[in-house]
Amino acid sequence: MARIFAYIVHKGGLADDSAAELAAAAGKIDGAQSPTAVVTGWGAECDAVCESLRASFREVWKVANESLAYPNAEFVRKALVNVLPSGCIVLVPHSHFGTDLSPGLSIKMNAAYVPDVLDIEGVTGVALKLVRQEFGGQVSAHVHCDISSGAVITIRPGAFKPLESAPADGVVIDKSASVGALTAGRRYLETIAPEMGAVDITKYPVLVSIGRGIQEQENVAIAQDLADALGAAVSCSRPVVDAKWMEKSRQVGSSGQTVKPKVYLACGISGSFQHLAGIKGSPFIVAINKNRNAPIFRVADVGIAADILEFLPELTARIREK
Amino acid sequence: MEILVCARRVPDTSENEIEMNSAGNDIERDDLVYSVNEPDNYAVEEALEIVERTGGTVTVVTVGGDDDEEILRREMAMGAQHGVLLSDDAFSGSDGRGIATILAGFVKKGHYDLILTGVQAEDGAAQVGGMLAAMLDYPFASLVNAIEVQHGTLKISREIEGGNKEINEIDLPCVLSIQTGINEPRYVGMRGIRQVASLPVPTFGAADLSVNGDAGAAGAKVKVMDYFVPPLGKGAEMLEGSSEAIVDSLIEMLRAKGGLN
Amino acid sequence: MVEAIESPSQATYWFIQGRVLFWIINLLGSACFAYIVAKRTVPLIRGQRDIRFDRPFIRLGRLLQYWFGQWRHPRYLTAGVLHILFFAGFIVLVIHTVALLALGTSAHATATGGLYGAISDYAATVVFFCMMVAIVRRILKPARYAVPARYGKAHTADAIFLLALIAVLMAADSLFEASRAAGHEPLAVMSLPWMLQGALAAAPLAVLANLCLGAYLVHELTFFFLLCYRPFGIQFHVETSLFTVFFAKLDRGTVKPVRWGVPDEQLDQVKSFGVKTFEDFTWKHMLDFYSCADCGRCSDQCPANAVGRPLSPRFLTIKARDYCFQHFPVWGKANNGHPLIGGIYSEDEIWSCTTCGACEAECPLLVEYIDKIVDLRRGMVDDGKVPQSLQKPLKALESRGNPFGKMEKKRADWLKAKDFQATCDVKILNGGHNTDTLYFVDSITSYDDRIQAIGRATAQILNRSGEDFGILGAAEKDSGHDVRRFGEETLFMALREHNTEAIKASGVQRIVTSDPHAYNALKHDYKDVPPVEHISQVMARKVHAGDIKLSPLADGNDVYAYHDPCYLGRHNGVYDAPRDVLDAIPGLKRVEMRRSRDRSFCCGGGGLALFYEPKEDQRMGVKRIQMAAEAGANVIVTACPFCMVNMEDAIKVAGMEGKMTAIDLTELVEKQMR
Repeated sequence: MARIFAYIVHKGGLADDSAAELAAAAGKIDGAQSPTAVVTGWGAECDAVCESLRASFREVWKVANESLAYPNAEFVRKALVNVLPSGCIVLVPHSHFGTDLSPGLSIKMNAAYVPDVLDIEGVTGVALKLVRQEFGGQVSAHVHCDISSGAVITIRPGAFKPLESAPADGVVIDKSASVGALTAGRRYLETIAPEMGAVDITKYPVLVSIGRGIQEQENVAIAQDLADALGAAVSCSRPVVDAKWMEKSRQVGSSGQTVKPKVYLACGISGSFQHLAGIKGSPFIVAINKNRNAPIFRVADVGIAADILEFLPELTARIREK
Repeated sequence: MEILVCARRVPDTSENEIEMNSAGNDIERDDLVYSVNEPDNYAVEEALEIVERTGGTVTVVTVGGDDDEEILRREMAMGAQHGVLLSDDAFSGSDGRGIATILAGFVKKGHYDLILTGVQAEDGAAQVGGMLAAMLDYPFASLVNAIEVQHGTLKISREIEGGNKEINEIDLPCVLSIQTGINEPRYVGMRGIRQVASLPVPTFGAADLSVNGDAGAAGAKVKVMDYFVPPLGKGAEMLEGSSEAIVDSLIEMLRAKGGLN
Repeated sequence: MVEAIESPSQATYWFIQGRVLFWIINLLGSACFAYIVAKRTVPLIRGQRDIRFDRPFIRLGRLLQYWFGQWRHPRYLTAGVLHILFFAGFIVLVIHTVALLALGTSAHATATGGLYGAISDYAATVVFFCMMVAIVRRILKPARYAVPARYGKAHTADAIFLLALIAVLMAADSLFEASRAAGHEPLAVMSLPWMLQGALAAAPLAVLANLCLGAYLVHELTFFFLLCYRPFGIQFHVETSLFTVFFAKLDRGTVKPVRWGVPDEQLDQVKSFGVKTFEDFTWKHMLDFYSCADCGRCSDQCPANAVGRPLSPRFLTIKARDYCFQHFPVWGKANNGHPLIGGIYSEDEIWSCTTCGACEAECPLLVEYIDKIVDLRRGMVDDGKVPQSLQKPLKALESRGNPFGKMEKKRADWLKAKDFQATCDVKILNGGHNTDTLYFVDSITSYDDRIQAIGRATAQILNRSGEDFGILGAAEKDSGHDVRRFGEETLFMALREHNTEAIKASGVQRIVTSDPHAYNALKHDYKDVPPVEHISQVMARKVHAGDIKLSPLADGNDVYAYHDPCYLGRHNGVYDAPRDVLDAIPGLKRVEMRRSRDRSFCCGGGGLALFYEPKEDQRMGVKRIQMAAEAGANVIVTACPFCMVNMEDAIKVAGMEGKMTAIDLTELVEKQMR
């Protein structure tokens, strides 16, 4: 069985939640093995992350280089190719960074590539059996991956529940020397944050979130009415921002904001995983959607099959009465 | 600037209902309508806009068979100067790496300053662009939502978490995967497609491109075994009944969960 | 004996003999005018072909009704009456004016006298006083004269100048008459010449002679100045209106072909579709630009304008006219070729039109708008400039035959509603040639969850009144009515061809539809299909014949207002049938909205207009339900599925649930049918 590595995403000296998810995924590939964490970065932050990972990983490889201070996938890829042994299995979170890094990494390592994996069913011979989704999550697929020359696998955030296991007391091994000279044809310049609107949706315990089902800009007022009655804020999914009915700062999702409310009303939202990826902390999710088959009903706590344009005003009126 | 856009013909995302077939192992394909993958269309529009500013030509390439030629013609109707079909029995059954290998074989025959792909297709893999770049040893950037042409380089913006934009400078030649919403693609109608109906679309096969064993079914390391719809599990508790009853139940629940202030 | 004042031709003006002077003025003036008109004709010669010489007798009849009879003018009463008066005055004065011209050049010419002379005097008086009123109106402007800032400045000074000059013309003529007749000839009592004659009663002959000859000179100069100045502004309509009305469009309801004279099969050879530069307009459309009198009635009635969309029909015309004047100048070289979209017009401006036809119904000069907008849209479609919001439904129409992207095989699923299927069996025609009537359902009624109820109600009505009918089911595609009006002619032709074949294959003799857009398309855009009726016409006939009996309303407190759908009412003249049906329901209280029949206010548009996202201050539908409420109604009745969508949307958006309901005529009739 090939050695399994987990690429750790970190920010501000803290490892991302995905680290534990990758460890869980690794366990489903090979329960007998403890995966090795790989951390690229620079300086004190990198050191801090490596230290913190000793509690959950038996081995932590530190790959420190000044060029890796900002996670530029082009540099990270080159570093990993030089550091990782051939034929290994590398797990990466399926994120903006992960998809930027991983396809090219699989080619340079001459390994197979399977992105956005939801479930791992085990290994039979050289075939790793996985589950993915296609068509925007409408259908699932059983996938077999030949891992005889290794594999790079990206893991869907939130798909694997972190394991409850005893602390590992791992060691940090410095692999920085193996990195070699790092040059790349892409240079990071800066990050531009979106203009923060008047409303910061991350601060609200209750969100009335609207999706394509709101149908038109004028109908946003219907959601706002409900939000006012609840003391909540209106947030939205990506299509609403693309149609320019709400500003970007209202978007919940992998390319928008991450929110941790107590209550989340998903109105006319289909429930694509990119949107759900922006909801953390297991809030009470109420889904209202005309389509009973919408994926949102699989993750919601309570579901109502109704037209939001009719249901929301009724709800608002009733709340105001009481 | 000579720009190559890699496009793909996929079942249309908004005009199809994806359902399982009666055998329960694949989606029902009989009634599907196909069109060019939406992010690829954005990529072609972006290429056209760049070429309108800087001069040069846009070539659209796809790997497939006769059916796939229609998307090349559609993009040519949109304004792309050339369309190329990479077709060979030996190519069928390729996985993502195989497709990238075939495309790399074509790229090496010509000279392109910039190669664009759409960020992902219906399989959600988002892999061909990154793989192609690695095979060619070109720099790569994904999720590009803005491009500014400079001298020998591009200044690009990538979409990252939190709605942030990551600004990078990237050397030419390079490969970029393009995110939807980068521009507003121009309209192409039946008339436009008719006007390009007789333009030549050259086809290249395995013999024309130096393609290694990664292409085709034999070289595929990743295979879809079947499709299925997972059993729903618990899912949401659906509230039924009159809308008044539902509203009242919901208000009770919201109150209990601290949703009512 | 009183000496007569010599005739102007005999008199001497500053050492030039009158006859010579006036020959020179006449010749120069006429030559100048001819030159100006020739230059104004240049763009028309370069413009596209337009077939307007057919059916000359019908055209003559319309000329008499609309031009001579000023048929449309009284729709705005004050301005209309004013215009009728001075138009009549001008007509009367034609001979008089020609005679006056001759007077200056020939000693033998005589001024007009007798009965005609008296009538002319009154005519001049009426025109004079009308000019005074018109000048005052230009200062105390009615709202529709206002020029919004983005269109430039109002030409108030210029307008007043011209009106004043006409007054001067009348005054000079009257003074000429008065001073010449001085004392001895009786003039028409209470006319302007008569008043002036009275004022000059005591004047010595020398003064009178000078006044007479001076007035004549002023008249001549003013006449030729006006003649040559009119082609530079809206007053050109004085000359062009006769032609514009004669050549006006005869075929209601349909849209002009892409190129007159190019049959559909040869359209592939046409390099460019639609209007992109000014010369792509047909000569008749250019004539329309010349003929616009800038009265503002079209924009006053335009619903898009009323809700703050960037469209104002009046300025569509005026901007084109100004472009034409600037790029095809009278002095200087023509320089055309500038794209209109992005130049004088914005894309949103042209997409904002719902093709309701209110502008065309209002214009006293029968200026056409819909064809121009469709042509401009064809140009934009040809260039790929289609808003993303419209690209999706167009693509869906191409692949699935409906704008929603729903599967063809589900087009007849609306039949499967539980309660409906049990009571009403609807045939799907499959070429057996044994059914009389086709119910053409069209896309929105087939696929929209709410609107399917209209389909079911219509089917029930047909069924229960004994009609032998069926539907095309999955073989039916969108009628393409709005695809055509949004400029996608090629896709429209494909849809039409498909549907025509399917209809012919079904062998039906007659078509019924509940969708006015489909009705209009099948009636005017499609050729070689059986005659089509709207369901309201069928119901009216059956109600009159007693085949449909309607029971009294359960709740007699509701007040109903009927909203005329644009494509049933204004475009096709079906106003009474739906009203007759409503009035046949015992106990139904019906009121008319302030704007009804051909003044109906568009609901917001149908077909592709439902997908377009306009920039507007308010929805048209909201304005319309407010009109219904103002009329005292709490139920608005429609006969069009798109009106229904817009009305119900408007009720929600305006927060009028409970205060206003919308119901389709078929739904109401089905409920009340015994």
